[in-house]
Amino acid sequence: MTTTTRAQRIRRRTILGLTPAVTMMGAFMVIPLILVVVMSFMTRGQYGGIVWEFSTDAYQRLIYVTRLDGSLAYNLSFLAILSRSLVLAGLTTLICLLIAFPTAFYVARQSQRTKSILLLLIMFPFWSNLLVRTTSWIIILRDFGFVNQFLMWVGITSEPITLLFTNGAILVGLVYVYIPFMILPIYTSVERLDNGLLEASFDLFATRFQTVRHVIGPLTMPGIIAGSILVFVPSLGAFITPDLLGGGKKLMLGSLIHLQFTTARNWPYGASLSVLLLAAVLIAMFILARRAIRARG
Amino acid sequence: MARAQRRKLTSYPGFGVITIFFFGFLYLPIMVLIAFSFNSSVSISVWETFSFKWYAEAIGNTDLQKAVVNTLLVAVVATIGAVLIALPAAVVLTGQGVSKRAASTATGLMSLPLVVPEIVIAIATLVFFTSVGIDLGLGNVMIAHTVFCVPFALLPIVARLRSLDHRLSEAAYDLYASRPRAFRLITLPLLAPGVVSGAMLAFIVSFDNFIITLMVAGAGGTTLPLYIYGLVKTQITPELNAVSTGVLLLSLVLLTCAYVLTGGRIAGSTGAKD
Repeated sequence: MTTTTRAQRIRRRTILGLTPAVTMMGAFMVIPLILVVVMSFMTRGQYGGIVWEFSTDAYQRLIYVTRLDGSLAYNLSFLAILSRSLVLAGLTTLICLLIAFPTAFYVARQSQRTKSILLLLIMFPFWSNLLVRTTSWIIILRDFGFVNQFLMWVGITSEPITLLFTNGAILVGLVYVYIPFMILPIYTSVERLDNGLLEASFDLFATRFQTVRHVIGPLTMPGIIAGSILVFVPSLGAFITPDLLGGGKKLMLGSLIHLQFTTARNWPYGASLSVLLLAAVLIAMFILARRAIRARG
Repeated sequence: MARAQRRKLTSYPGFGVITIFFFGFLYLPIMVLIAFSFNSSVSISVWETFSFKWYAEAIGNTDLQKAVVNTLLVAVVATIGAVLIALPAAVVLTGQGVSKRAASTATGLMSLPLVVPEIVIAIATLVFFTSVGIDLGLGNVMIAHTVFCVPFALLPIVARLRSLDHRLSEAAYDLYASRPRAFRLITLPLLAPGVVSGAMLAFIVSFDNFIITLMVAGAGGTTLPLYIYGLVKTQITPELNAVSTGVLLLSLVLLTCAYVLTGGRIAGSTGAKD
C-alpha cells in the first residue's frame, strides 16, 4: 500500500461522508440566509413580496418612517420594540444568572447519582414542547388563574390583577423557557472547579464572599459568559413567549419579524430586521469564541 | 475542623433554598397543566372530579388526528433524513486524515440551526421556497425539519464515536477484515446507541417544532404544535391540557431513552433551541 493511494482513499472518504451534509445545509440553510441578506436591500412589492430593485429603504426604516405628507420622522414604534427586546432579554439573562449559578453550584456538589437525576430534571423541560410549557403559564397567570385565586384567597386583593399580557408575564415566560441554557454551561464549569483552590483561598483567610469574588467567579466566568449568550440571543429573537404571554400586543424583535412576513407584508423590512438580529448573534458568538481562545491559551 | 472547613467551602447559605425554588418554578406550571387534564369540569382552574373525559374527547377529534398524522409523517422523514446526513459526516469528522479546514467548515455548517435564531431560519426558508418556487406541501416542511434536526442527530453520534476504542477496529484490520467489513461488524454495532439517541433527539425536535412549521406549512399542513397554537389562541379547554400532557409524555419517554443510551452524555450537547 503506497501513501498516495492511502491519501486518495482518505480524500474520497471525506468527500463521500461530508457531501450530503454540506449540500443539504448549503442549499437549505446558507442560501436561504444569503437570500434574506440580499432581500433586505430590495424594494418592497406593492402587495407583499418584493421587487428586485436595489434600495436601502428597509434599513432606513429601522430609523425613520415616512409620514403621509412625505416628511421623515423617527421610527418610534420600532425603537420601543427594540428597547423592550433589549431590556427584557437583558433582565431575563440577569435573573437566569441569579437563579442558575447557585443551583448549578448546589447540583454540582451532590453525589454522582443525585447529580445525574437532577441533570435529567433540568434537561427535560429543555427538550419538551415550548408551546405547551408557555401555555401552562397562561393558565397560571390568567385573571382567574392560580396566582390571582391565591392572592384573593389570602386577601391581598379582592379583584383579579391583570398579570397576563404584560411585560412581566413575558419576562417570567422567557426566564422559564431559557433558564436551562444558563444552568448547563455554568454547571460544566463549576464541576471542573478544583476544591484545592477553594481550600487554599480559605487557608489564606479569605471570607466566603472574597472566595466567590476572586476564586470561584473568575474560574467559572467562561460558563457564565456562555450561558449568558445562550440566554440573551434566543430571548432577543423569541417569538412564542411574547406572542402568547404578551398577547401579541407587546411586540419583541422576533414577533416584529414574523409580522412583516404575515399581516404587514413588508418582506425587505422583515429581512433587514433579521439581518440586525443575525448581526447581534454574530457579535455574541465572536465574544464567546475570543473568550474561549483566551481561556485555553 | 478539617471536615467542618470543607463543608464551609462547598456549601453556601441559601444555595439549597434557591435550588428548591428553581425546581419548583420549573415543574409547578407543568404539574398544574397535567393535573387539570384530568378534571371533569370544563374549567381549567376549578377542580371537580377525576376523569379521563378530555383524553377520550381528544382521541375522537378528527382535526387533531389529522394533525398528529402530519406531525408523525414529518418527524419520521426528518429523523431518517437527519441521521442519514449526520452519520457519515460524524464518521469522517471523528476519523483520521480529514483536513482541519474541511472539518471546521462542515461542523460550522451543521451547527447553523443551533446558532441562528429560529425565527430567522423560518423566514429564510419561507423566502427561499417561495423565490425558487418549490411547493411540495408537507414536503417543504419535511425538508426544513430535516435540515434543522441535523445538529441534534449529530451530537450524540459524535460523542459516541469519540468514546469508542480505536484498537477494536484496528484489531479487525489485523485480522484481515476489509475497511467496510470492519465498519459493519465492529464500529456500527458499537455506534448503535449513539445513532438511536441522535434519532430520538431529532424526532423530539421535529415533533415539537413550531416556528419553522408555522412559516413553511401551507393549508392542510397543520401539525400538532400548529393545532395546539390555534387552540391556545382561541380558547383554552381541558382538552388542550390532555393533548399537551400527551406531548410532554412522549418527550419524556424519548429523552429518558436517549439519556440512558448515551450514559448521560447529551447533557453538555445543548445549543440554542428556540
